[in-house]
Parts: sequence; C-alpha cells; structure tokens
Amino acid sequence: MTSTLFQRVERARRRKHKFTETHITLAHGSGGRAMHELIEGLFLEYFHNPLLDRLEDQAVFDVAAARLAYTTDSYVVSPIFFPGGDIGKLAINGTVNDLAMSGARPLYLSAGFILEEGFPIDDLKKILASMRNAAGESGVKVVTGDTKVVQKGGADQIFINTSGIGVIESSLNLSAASAQPGDKVLLSGTLGDHGTTIMIARGELELETDIESDCAPLQSLVTGMINEAERRDALSGLHCFRDPTRGGVATTLNEIALSSEVCIEIEEGRVPVREEVKGACEILGLDPLYVANEGKLVAIVSADLAEPLVARMRQHPYGVDACIIGEVKIEPGGIVSMHTAFGGTRIVDMLAGEQLPRIC
Amino acid sequence: MKFIDEYRQSDIAITLARKIADLTSQPLKLMEVCGGHTHTIFKYGIEDLLPENIEMIHGPGCPVCVIPTGRVDDAISIAQQPDVIFTTFGDAMRVPGSKTSLLDAKADGADVRMVYSPLDALKLAKKNPAKHVVFLGLGFETTAPSTAMTILQAAKDNVQNFSVFCNHIMIIPALKAMLDSPDLKLDGFVGPGHVSTVIGTRCYEFVPRDYGKPLVVTGFEPLDVLQSVYMIVKQIVEGRAEVENQYARVVYREGNRKALEVLGEVFEPRQFFEWRGLGSIAHSGMKLNSKYARFDAELRFTVPGLRVADPKACQCGEILKGVKKPWECKVFGTACTPETPIGSCMVSSEGACAAYYNFGRLSKIAQRSAV
Repeated sequence: MTSTLFQRVERARRRKHKFTETHITLAHGSGGRAMHELIEGLFLEYFHNPLLDRLEDQAVFDVAAARLAYTTDSYVVSPIFFPGGDIGKLAINGTVNDLAMSGARPLYLSAGFILEEGFPIDDLKKILASMRNAAGESGVKVVTGDTKVVQKGGADQIFINTSGIGVIESSLNLSAASAQPGDKVLLSGTLGDHGTTIMIARGELELETDIESDCAPLQSLVTGMINEAERRDALSGLHCFRDPTRGGVATTLNEIALSSEVCIEIEEGRVPVREEVKGACEILGLDPLYVANEGKLVAIVSADLAEPLVARMRQHPYGVDACIIGEVKIEPGGIVSMHTAFGGTRIVDMLAGEQLPRIC
Repeated sequence: MKFIDEYRQSDIAITLARKIADLTSQPLKLMEVCGGHTHTIFKYGIEDLLPENIEMIHGPGCPVCVIPTGRVDDAISIAQQPDVIFTTFGDAMRVPGSKTSLLDAKADGADVRMVYSPLDALKLAKKNPAKHVVFLGLGFETTAPSTAMTILQAAKDNVQNFSVFCNHIMIIPALKAMLDSPDLKLDGFVGPGHVSTVIGTRCYEFVPRDYGKPLVVTGFEPLDVLQSVYMIVKQIVEGRAEVENQYARVVYREGNRKALEVLGEVFEPRQFFEWRGLGSIAHSGMKLNSKYARFDAELRFTVPGLRVADPKACQCGEILKGVKKPWECKVFGTACTPETPIGSCMVSSEGACAAYYNFGRLSKIAQRSAV
C-alpha cells in the first residue's frame, strides 16, 4: 500500500511538466518546482535544441574557428509589442546584428529573462514565439538561459538580455578605426523607422501611421557583401560595418569619424527616409539622422567596391533601398558634416542627452 | 513632403541668395529674434548661402534659454514636494538651476514627467486624483494660449488638483528692451513667426516708427528666412523702414483674436519678470489673474523665489543680445556643452550656443584654419 503510493508520487514527480499557469508569480523565479515547470514546460518548448535540452548550467560545444565574436545586449523596450516586432524579436536580432557587424556568422545565443510578477503567460508565449522565429531566420540557437522574477513594480513587465557567439571565417578585420580617406559610406535602407514606430506606439502623441519597425537580422546581407568582396578579391576593401541603433546614423558616423580620426561627409539629399517617418519627425521636432534603427547597417568601404556592393545589397530583401550617402575625407578629423539638400553645410554631431528613452 | 519640400528647394535658394548679394555689398547686421529661426539657419546651413556682408545675430527668442536660474530652482522645489507630479515640455528638463536641473531632481526621486501639451498634464491630474499635478508654463504668446485654454478647461471641469507654474513671457517688451540697449547695433529684424500668428503684425509697428529699423515677420522654412532677409535688405537699400509680413500664409495683421481673448481672460502682466542674461524687464511676464488664482502654483506652494545670479563664466547675456558670438565665450564647447550646459543658450536646440555647437562649428573651424 505504502509502496504503491510512493511509486505513484514518484511517477508524478518525474512526469514531464505541463505548463498551465496564466501569470508569472514569484515562485517562477524561486529555483524550485515552479521554475522547473516554466523552463521545461515553456522555454524548452520554444527553444528546444540538443545543447539546451540537456538543461545543464552551461552549454558545452566545439567551435572550429580561429576567431570568435562575442557580444551582449539588454532589451528594455517600451511598449513590448509594437508594429513590426516585439521585445523578443529585438532581443534576437539586436545581438545577431552586433555579431554580424564583425563579419561573424552568429552561432549560439544566451537568453536571460527578468520578469515582473504578474506578467501574463500569453504575452510571454508570444515573445518566445517571435524569438524562436527570429532565431530560426538567422540560424542561431538559444543554448543557455536564465530566468528571474521580481516583485510587482520591480521591473516593467519583461526585460531580456541576450549574449551571442559567432565565428569569423574570413580574414576580415572590421573596425570603426579602419575608415580611410577616399572610402565611401554605404547605408542599407531608410532611416528612423524603428524609433519613430516606438514613439508612436507609446500612444502619447495620438498620431496614427502605417510605419513599422525595421527590426531584422542582417547577417545574410553582410554575408552577401563579404562574398561580393571576396569574388572581386577585395576583402581588404571592407573597412567597417555598424548597425546604427540608439543615437541613429549620426552617432554611428561620429564614432567612426572619431575612432579613425577622419572627416565623414554625407549628402542629405541621398539619405533615404520614408515619407511617413519624415512627417512624424517633422511634427516631433526629431531629426531622422538621430532616430534608432534595428535593421539597417552602415558600411565604410573602399571607393571601387562601393557600387558593386550597393548593387548586391539591393538584391537582398533587407537592402532594397541601399545607397551611397557620403564619403570619407582627411580633414577636419573626428567630424561628420552634411551638405544639406538646401545647399548649405552643417555639422552632424553626436546625440546630446536622451532623445527617446527605452527604445530597444 | 507636400507643402514642406516647396519651402526647401535649393535652386530657388541659390537664386534668392544671388539676388540678396546683388542688392548691396554694404555690411549689415540682422537679428533673428526667434530661436526657431536660429535653428532653421543652422540646420539648413543658410549662413553658407548668404553673402559675406550679411551677418545674422541670434536673438533672445528662445523661451527655454531666457528662463532665469531662480525660476528653475523654484520649479525644482515644487517638483520635490510630496504627492506632486511635475510636468514640463522636454526642453526644460535639462535647464540648469543654481545647483541641479529638473532631470537631476527626477533622478533623485521627484516625479517629473515630460508632456507634449498642457492638456496632457490636465489629463494626468484627472487620472491621479490623489496627486497634485503642476504644469510648467513656458514660452511666449505662442504656447501661452494653450496653457490658458487648459486652465479654462480645468476651471470648467472643476479640477482641484491641477495648477500651473507660469513663466510665460511676452515678446514685445523684450524687443523694446533690446532696442533700448545701448550696446546693440542692428540694421533690421527677422521678426518672430509663430508668436505673430497670435499677436499679429500691428504690434511691431513701433520698431520702424520709433527706432527706424525694418522688421519682416518670417516663417520657419529655410526659403522663408532667405526671402525675409531679401525683403529686409531691400528695405534698407531703398531707404524704407516698415513692418512687412513674409509669413502671410498664417500670420494676419490683427493676429488670432480668439487666442488673444483667452490670454486676456486668464493672464495679467507681471510688474517685472527676470530674463536670463537680459535682466529684469517691466511687464514682460504673464501670471494668472485673481479669477484663476486657484490654479497658480506659486500661490499653492511656497517657493524660494530667490534671484540667482548667472554663473560668472557664462556669457549668455551678451550672446542673447548679439554683442558676443557663442565661440567668444570662454566656456563654449569646453566646460559648457549640450551634455553639461552651464548657460541656458546651450540647453535648447534653439539656443544660439547649442546651434553653433551642434551645427555650426564646421565653418568656424574652417575660418580659424584659414587665419
């Protein structure tokens, strides 16, 4: 009698857990049974892969490469769902893009979740699904993770941290310090879509538009560019790749100009901005050059590569509006200047202060 | 963008600039009164297009830039009261008081929130009946009507937990004070645009009549500014001094009667109001009149109300009067930057120093390297 009860309990204890809760509670971060249920019943369901399924404290894997790229980023965007994406898609693509900008092929990600007590499981499921889809599109795997739950008010709904590892298979050495006078400045598409979307999605402005975040993984666009350069035996003509997120293209170009001690001159008339974004920025007094992007890249490349690379980028769904927006000059060092469409010239400095908090 | 791109066409700009150059080679100093014009001039690089004999002086028409240190301290002290939600336009958050800014106060735990309209502040008050919501009223006659409308709405809805810390100011007394300043040497004015939509153009007629200077009320697109410069220079060359209206698509001689009525209903002039850098100017500030005194944050809260001298190193006063150029200030771009402003001209993107710092350093660098 006692032994059957014991066996029954033991069977139940070892049963694969079904996750049926509707909200996150503090118990889900306790390290106990509820947390196991959350991990096995929910996270594994979305991310499952041989490395993660082992549920060890760490993922152990072999990497066949001489050089690795390694990065981390935290995501606190508000609102967590917005047109064109959500915090989950952002958390995967943002880290994938940071890896891709080194020319690396992203392989593995970690995902750390800070959840607020009471967070609806349905929302968490939506976020996990979009993380799974984004990871699938980039061919990366979430191989290790962590979950913490904080009391109501201790965090705003959900924060995600991801870190990522990628392998650099070419001899590329991309760096913000590598821009050289004569180089061209390439931009993969329209500016300001993400930041403007978030601003409008917050609903404080009562504006209605069809603008969507440009949140997208860029590593296949980068791979195409690397292949194009390799095909021309001109890999050394790729000098710097950056994704202009917070602070926008203006800040990215300033970082490059300062690191390389060069002047970057851009043509306002060549910088693509969607009409809706222009309009929204006009109303809000923002400059699209400073507004965040989540699916765009800036590339500094030698002049002879510029046209073929743009042609190649335009064949890619995330590069259809690619164009050359400017070039690198010697003097004055550390400065970004712009020929305005109006016919004047002005400095484009780094963003001062916070234009929009919690944009990603 | 339709109705916008038309005012930004570079071929017309070049033609206009050439026409201005053809009018005269006489050196002329023109002041744009309004911070919005300063911003336009730098953002589009208009100074690059103007002939060398035309010098633009950047005037005091940036309300964020002229709010005095003591008033910022008062605002912070209200924001730090328990159960207060202090609301403001984003620009004012970083304006330095004598010790801290509203942004610092927020980081210290004060509930300071950015709003886009005073009506949003009123909404916040209705949503948070246990709190008292204060709105920092800031700006010329441009923004004052929306504050006045909000107070009327609050009175109509009998909202008890809402008040305004009023720092609204008037452009005409400031313009008079500038014109009376002995160290001011100007040949004409690019007149305010948005302010004039409310107050009209008639009220500027004293400028040509009493001071013999032309004034052209001007729109904010780059071609507006260039055309206005052309109109002013043409007046000077032809020996005329008049008020002309370049911004006729929105500005009428009598202004916006409805908005003026609302201002008259809610506000009355203060005896004196202090302007940063310019000192105290008679009848230049607005306060809530006795009928709406219950919405006056200054009566609801005890504020220090101290007059605080501007930092010694800061030369915002001379810069606002156009006596000095931003780069002639000792702390420009070194101790005083948009990230850590000492003077108010560095705070708002409409301030002369911030505009120079953000957009205009290049021509300075080029000039210096040429010397």
